[in-house]
Amino acid sequence: MAEVAEKISTAAAPDGAAAGSPAIHTVELSKRFGKTVALAGLSMTVPRGEVFGFLGPNGAGKTTSVKLLLGLIAPSSGEGWLLGRPIGDLETRRKIGYLPELFRYQGWLSANEVLALHCELAPLPRSSWEDEIKTALDTVGLTDRARDRVGTFSKGMQQRLGLAVALLGEPELVFLDEPTSALDPVGRHDVREIIRGLASRGTAVFLNSHLLSEVEQVCDRVAVVDHGRVIASGTMDQLLSGTTVRVRASGLEPGDKAKLVRFGELDDEGDYMTFANLNVERVPELVAAIVAMGGRVYEVAPRHQTLEDRFLQLLEEEK
Amino acid sequence: MPPVLVIARLTVQEASRRRLLIALVILTLLVVGFSAWGFNKIATVTTENGLPLPPAQVKVITSQLLIVVTFMYSGVLALSAAVVAGPLISSEVESGLLLSMLARPMRRSEVVIGKWLGLAVLIAIYAAGSAFLEIAAVDWATGYVPPHPIELVLFVGTEGLVLLSLGLLLSTRLSGITGGVIALVAWLMAWIAGVVGDIGIGLQNQAIENVGTVSHLILPTDGLWRGAVFAMEPDAVLATLRAAGTVGRANPFSAVDPPPIQFLMWVAAWFAVMLALSVWSFRTREL
Repeated sequence: MAEVAEKISTAAAPDGAAAGSPAIHTVELSKRFGKTVALAGLSMTVPRGEVFGFLGPNGAGKTTSVKLLLGLIAPSSGEGWLLGRPIGDLETRRKIGYLPELFRYQGWLSANEVLALHCELAPLPRSSWEDEIKTALDTVGLTDRARDRVGTFSKGMQQRLGLAVALLGEPELVFLDEPTSALDPVGRHDVREIIRGLASRGTAVFLNSHLLSEVEQVCDRVAVVDHGRVIASGTMDQLLSGTTVRVRASGLEPGDKAKLVRFGELDDEGDYMTFANLNVERVPELVAAIVAMGGRVYEVAPRHQTLEDRFLQLLEEEK
Repeated sequence: MPPVLVIARLTVQEASRRRLLIALVILTLLVVGFSAWGFNKIATVTTENGLPLPPAQVKVITSQLLIVVTFMYSGVLALSAAVVAGPLISSEVESGLLLSMLARPMRRSEVVIGKWLGLAVLIAIYAAGSAFLEIAAVDWATGYVPPHPIELVLFVGTEGLVLLSLGLLLSTRLSGITGGVIALVAWLMAWIAGVVGDIGIGLQNQAIENVGTVSHLILPTDGLWRGAVFAMEPDAVLATLRAAGTVGRANPFSAVDPPPIQFLMWVAAWFAVMLALSVWSFRTREL
């Protein structure tokens, strides 16, 4: 088995070059567990200061990707760089924050002590710990519970604590793996605000999530991964260029509906039909065609494609 | 503070916060109290003619009873080391606790060595503290002090460290329960193999005697135990055992010679090998 990378590479770019390098850059990064391919050739670039959404269904390889990037598991092949240094580089980890999907902290320590522990491991100057801890707790709304043992925290509070741990030391790159999985709607809103705050101060955020509305609201750029491969990537505008038209009509036979496919990819739900990538200019033509087939139109609703529409469409295309 | 010492401190802190230390202290005090009462009975008991036992006999009985009590202590130490070391790494991998810590600039070797150090400190404190209390109690009750108390503590403490090292190695790959059980069974088997070796000595059968020798090399707990026994044997008992020849040596609660220096060197090498294996095993583990 390959040794998990944790060495300081001598092949890294000098600091000056590293400063201008992307936050994340990977070339054909792949990971196999026995015969199972968890990640098949991940190639991507995340610019500094951007919020990058990494989407995919369960088991697509999202968490594997994060662990590979953090050097927690070794790649089977390919290469990757974080902040201009090879993945696994110890020095780079000083500038990285990480909230794992499986968040767990020492239940026998207080929130303050957990954060102090991470300040020490980061390592941050001892003189800055107090301010760092206070700011982090304040940001995630745990100031009142600072002295309480983590073992008494709810799951949501533990996730907030994990977020506070990830924020320590003003990192240049933060990995958030499903950061709202245990949070209520207020907590989710708070996390979105935290992510926006990170982006505003120039921190790159790698957001691993399957909560598409969340990603849509905060991400500048998105990659969709399925079966260990990136099947689409780009800015939100690039991904969501089409318009979806939803039509409520009755009186159409299955054969009639089949003829309507020429207007766009059709999702048939009985009286409701959804046409993907249909130009709004063609809506009158569509309505006329339905009426000409003897159909009765009750409702026509064009809307911009959501990330969920696009996500489902991409996964459908992959089948 | 370097990460390795942070992890060591955290390990000690966890044992303290989880009340493991206080539990061991209370249990030790109870055992010391009961054994002091028992040893006192030896010194005050009278024979058929109403006289107390002669001092020489009290000394021999006390020394042999102390060996049995020490065997119990070494058992508690081995059990505690195996049970605590078994889940030392595996439980934190399974729960995900190590994920956020290993994303910090810290090597996995520092986690392994830090945890070993932390638990080693606890074992050393327990071995020294419990031995001091027990020896003091026996001295108070009977006036007997084993001939080599420092060596006694070193051998018993090292026995605990052996179990810690084995448990830690297993913990890098196996679940806490599995690792702990394997370490305990290995400790018992090593002891039994030592007894088999004793039988070989008694029967003057080299092949059977080799079972004990090989077991001492694979898991040196029984070899160290024999060192602890030798440290507790008074000269009078040693002379009797030596006079008995091979029969005197064929007993897991007796030792007529200290462990050879080659064995002690092997124990040092054994620790190095186990720690190196633990580091390698954890470094190559996928989290």
